[in-house]
Amino acid sequence: MSTPVKHLTWSAGLAGHAARIREHIVTMCAGPEGGHLGGSLSLVEVLTALYFGVLRVDPADPADPDRDILLLSKGHGAVALYATLAERGYLDPAELAGFGTWGSRLMAHPVRAVPGVELPTGSLGHGLALGTGAALAARLSGRASRAYVVMGDGELQEGSVWESAMGAAALRLDSLVAVVDRNGLQITGRTEDVCPLEPLAQRWRSFGWAVREVPGHDLDALVSALRSAPWEPDRPSVLIADTTKGAGLPFIAGTAHSHFAALTARQLARARSALAVHAATHPGGGRG
Amino acid sequence: MADDPRQATRLTYRDHLVRLLGRDHRVVCVDTDTGLFNGVDFGAAAARYVNVGIAEHHAMGVAAGLAAGGFVPFVNTFATFAAMRAVEAVKIDIAYNALPVRIAATHSGLSAGHFGPTHHALEDLAVMRCLPNMTVVVPADAAGTEALLGQSIDLPGPLYLRLGRKPTPPLPPGAPPPRLGLVQSLRTGADVLLAACGPHPVHAALGAAELLAADGVDAGVLNVHTVKPLDVAGLRAHAAGRALVIAVEEHWRSGGLGGAVAEALTETDPVRVLRIGVDDTFATVVGDHADLVRHYGITPAAIAGRVRSALSIGPPTTEEESHHGHRLSRM
Repeated sequence: MSTPVKHLTWSAGLAGHAARIREHIVTMCAGPEGGHLGGSLSLVEVLTALYFGVLRVDPADPADPDRDILLLSKGHGAVALYATLAERGYLDPAELAGFGTWGSRLMAHPVRAVPGVELPTGSLGHGLALGTGAALAARLSGRASRAYVVMGDGELQEGSVWESAMGAAALRLDSLVAVVDRNGLQITGRTEDVCPLEPLAQRWRSFGWAVREVPGHDLDALVSALRSAPWEPDRPSVLIADTTKGAGLPFIAGTAHSHFAALTARQLARARSALAVHAATHPGGGRG
Repeated sequence: MADDPRQATRLTYRDHLVRLLGRDHRVVCVDTDTGLFNGVDFGAAAARYVNVGIAEHHAMGVAAGLAAGGFVPFVNTFATFAAMRAVEAVKIDIAYNALPVRIAATHSGLSAGHFGPTHHALEDLAVMRCLPNMTVVVPADAAGTEALLGQSIDLPGPLYLRLGRKPTPPLPPGAPPPRLGLVQSLRTGADVLLAACGPHPVHAALGAAELLAADGVDAGVLNVHTVKPLDVAGLRAHAAGRALVIAVEEHWRSGGLGGAVAEALTETDPVRVLRIGVDDTFATVVGDHADLVRHYGITPAAIAGRVRSALSIGPPTTEEESHHGHRLSRM
């Protein structure tokens, strides 16, 4: 079968995590309130790579002062973040079933009450300044910890992103790493139709950042690139991850309307079947 | 003038912060190219002076990130940029997280003078006091700035510090020292209570109390330097039995100190509250800080006139009219 998902290749060690995170995501988006499905699925490999291959964090000690900091600036990807935190051991996966419902702590945008969430996000264009502050705090404290900020591509239309892009470069914060989930879509359509971002890599370079582009569902490529940052001395790094909105579900992948969904029981069953097929057709390892 | 006792509260703040940077390694100065620190030698603390450029939203986020990492950042900007341009970052990144960020907001009220409405901040108290977790402080003079900064250093949450631009005089000798979170009684009076914040309003209220005394009206004066959390108990105690409470502030009459006082008293001790401040308008006149304050009726004579009118005790005893729309003589 053919799917519109780009570069969906899973590294052997991490592929199982990514598959379970996708399973959690579709389950949460089938809850009574629904969730931000498409932009969560596009993030799965990025977050899997970070939490299982890059970040120096310990779920048993979430306040470790030497930990790396991850901020999900595209806060509407909270479904993916919570699923990843559960998979990583910060949360009991059983808690995910309560997503968005009365009595749960799992709001649709990240909240600090959830172990592993560093700072709340959701209003777009805030994360890069927060990450700059976190990286600066580490520098002033003499700690080696790094700050990773995961942004959406539509988010880059917020002017505050570029205020912070300039600001981080001015401070020569090479311990700051941004990741752009470049799925190419925002609620009303293609980013390039709504408010074009290209030439995106060139724009970041012109703001003083070191830039790399990777297939955003290729775990090996993500881990390898992120682990090797900083790529240029005294420059913050931005990784543009070429992703597919709704990745893993052929019937919504690559569509803008996958942005938010409350899956019916029937759609959930279909989604689970699709994910099973997907996992089987993308066995771990390699970049095939 | 070497012996001029007047001082701009922003300069008191600057000198305090420079000393603080030297002795408290948690403190970071996040500047937005204000120029306030030009020529300052930070010495060993130089790494903790960070000028992020003309980028107020970014500055608030950076400060939040620093505070989450264990620092106590002081963000320097103009009041209107803190309360308007950067307010979403103040709300979400700082107040929501209850982080110990200090927002040092200079050029507050009308103190930007002839810079005009783009630089006036007549909304900042309303904006800041509606944010949960925020402490809002308006020092009335240099000594108050120094004292309240010292008392607030270990506040676990954020602080909005409203500062002026031009030199203003000290409070009269003998005033009790200000205590963060409590009203500061500058004059007791049995008939009416003037509750003011900020240098010009507090001095104008004290002057109005003198004028009213000549008319047989015994007016008390409070310096409400902590607008949030408001010292409701202190306010109620001083307002009890008074015929009138008059709030005086350098702020639009919506939502600032007058709003806070009225909200607090109407819940428990209904009393007539006059709100004296800047009317619902952008300045169209040109002048320095004192000119504008006078134009908008934040003067002893104008305040006394309003009080007399409210008490129906006859015409003003000076040549000045009681409302700012009329011509006001120079003090």
